[in-house]
Amino acid sequence: MNEWNNETVIEVFPAIWDGFIVVLQVTLVAGLIAVLLGLLVAIGERTGPAWLKRVVSGFFQFVRNTPLLVQLLFVWTATSLYINPDWSAFIVGSAVLGVHYASYTSESYRAGIEAIPKGQWEAATALSLPTHRVWGAVVLPQMMRRSTAAVANWVIAMFKEVPTLFAIGVLEMIAQAQKFQGQHYTGAVEGYTIAGILFLAASYPVAVAARRLENRLAKSHF
Amino acid sequence: MDFQAVIDSLPRYAEPLLVTITVTVASAALALLVAFALGLMTSSKHLAVRTPARVFVEFIRGSSVVVQLFWFAFAMPVILGIQFDYLILAGIIALGLNYGAYSSEVVRGAIAAVPKGQLEASLAVNFTPFQRLRLVVLPQAWPEMIPSLSSFAIMLLKASALVSLIGVFDITGIARIIGGANGGANQLPHLALILVVYFVLAWLIWTGMRALERKAKRGVGINTRLPKTRAVAPPEEGANAAGGVL
Repeated sequence: MNEWNNETVIEVFPAIWDGFIVVLQVTLVAGLIAVLLGLLVAIGERTGPAWLKRVVSGFFQFVRNTPLLVQLLFVWTATSLYINPDWSAFIVGSAVLGVHYASYTSESYRAGIEAIPKGQWEAATALSLPTHRVWGAVVLPQMMRRSTAAVANWVIAMFKEVPTLFAIGVLEMIAQAQKFQGQHYTGAVEGYTIAGILFLAASYPVAVAARRLENRLAKSHF
Repeated sequence: MDFQAVIDSLPRYAEPLLVTITVTVASAALALLVAFALGLMTSSKHLAVRTPARVFVEFIRGSSVVVQLFWFAFAMPVILGIQFDYLILAGIIALGLNYGAYSSEVVRGAIAAVPKGQLEASLAVNFTPFQRLRLVVLPQAWPEMIPSLSSFAIMLLKASALVSLIGVFDITGIARIIGGANGGANQLPHLALILVVYFVLAWLIWTGMRALERKAKRGVGINTRLPKTRAVAPPEEGANAAGGVL
């Protein structure tokens, strides 16, 4: 293994930066899936028929309790061998990551729904509000206030798990460092270190903002 | 897909399964140690104790466990000159420190949730700080930590699959090797198999932690079997935690 070299840092940085951009892109796509699918699941578990609820919650329980890495390999193998070999690792990886984290965000949404006082539901029934109004005007606004910070924290956690996607060939930071090492016989040490620092630099401000948001929303409870 | 071949290769999973369990158990033990050390430090009223622990926690939590794994395995030996004889050690240390830092927040929160009167009472009977911690604070904080710690333990089990990326042969590693033979025709059933194995392991952890929680709660006089036969609405979670012990 090579020594630490400051010149290599400058040489490897552009490659790691490219990897970082990919990480951000994956975070955006997978984050959207996690936030929206999680919400859909949480609402579906309340309003859907009992069998659907059992199937969906069983599926997500399985997803939540098995490693993301193995899920990625499984779905990637399945799509490239049996479904469509043209789907890119970026798309498949983002989808798996998004669904994996939807299994967590749906729990946060569910907790938010359950925390709504019973009287709110009763009042909505007493006013005979249509279902879409019960959700749109009564439940969701209150739930969002309680779940937003938790969901934001899951998205931050997801952001930090994006490097797992290098196992299926997405060119994120670890993959870029290894690629550089393969071409120049140096740079992996510097690359991993830069990757760690970039993560820190990106996630710390977001985490602080999420904490502020959490405090503000906690204060606005009634 | 050749299912007979998958069944025939089952004995080859024995040793990797042991590796997965070892990594999970060893890093969970390390994480627990780190969590208590950092949790107690961040609960300290002395700034000189609190600050370094806080910085360490934010540092670890701020970056990615995958990157840390690679860093501990391949970059730290070069930069700090600390060489591990076995890569599995790098994996255990990376996972243990990462989940220890996350869990330290749980420890800190549970300690902060111990009712103030308990601390005042222990001061009144002239306990030393260590007695206060051992006899009053931790016995009450511990049962409150277990649910969060058990979800971290399951996350740790899931993260243990990542050690296959640095070249440790756990069940994920072996499934990729065996399944990858013959152009990967058998990859899918092997991956499906280990998904089920992970799920069963997670269930075992969850069941074990539930039993531990019940035992710990009985230790401070919260009977968790009681609510099953209740006739009235269940109490709020928090109310149980604060009210049950007093």
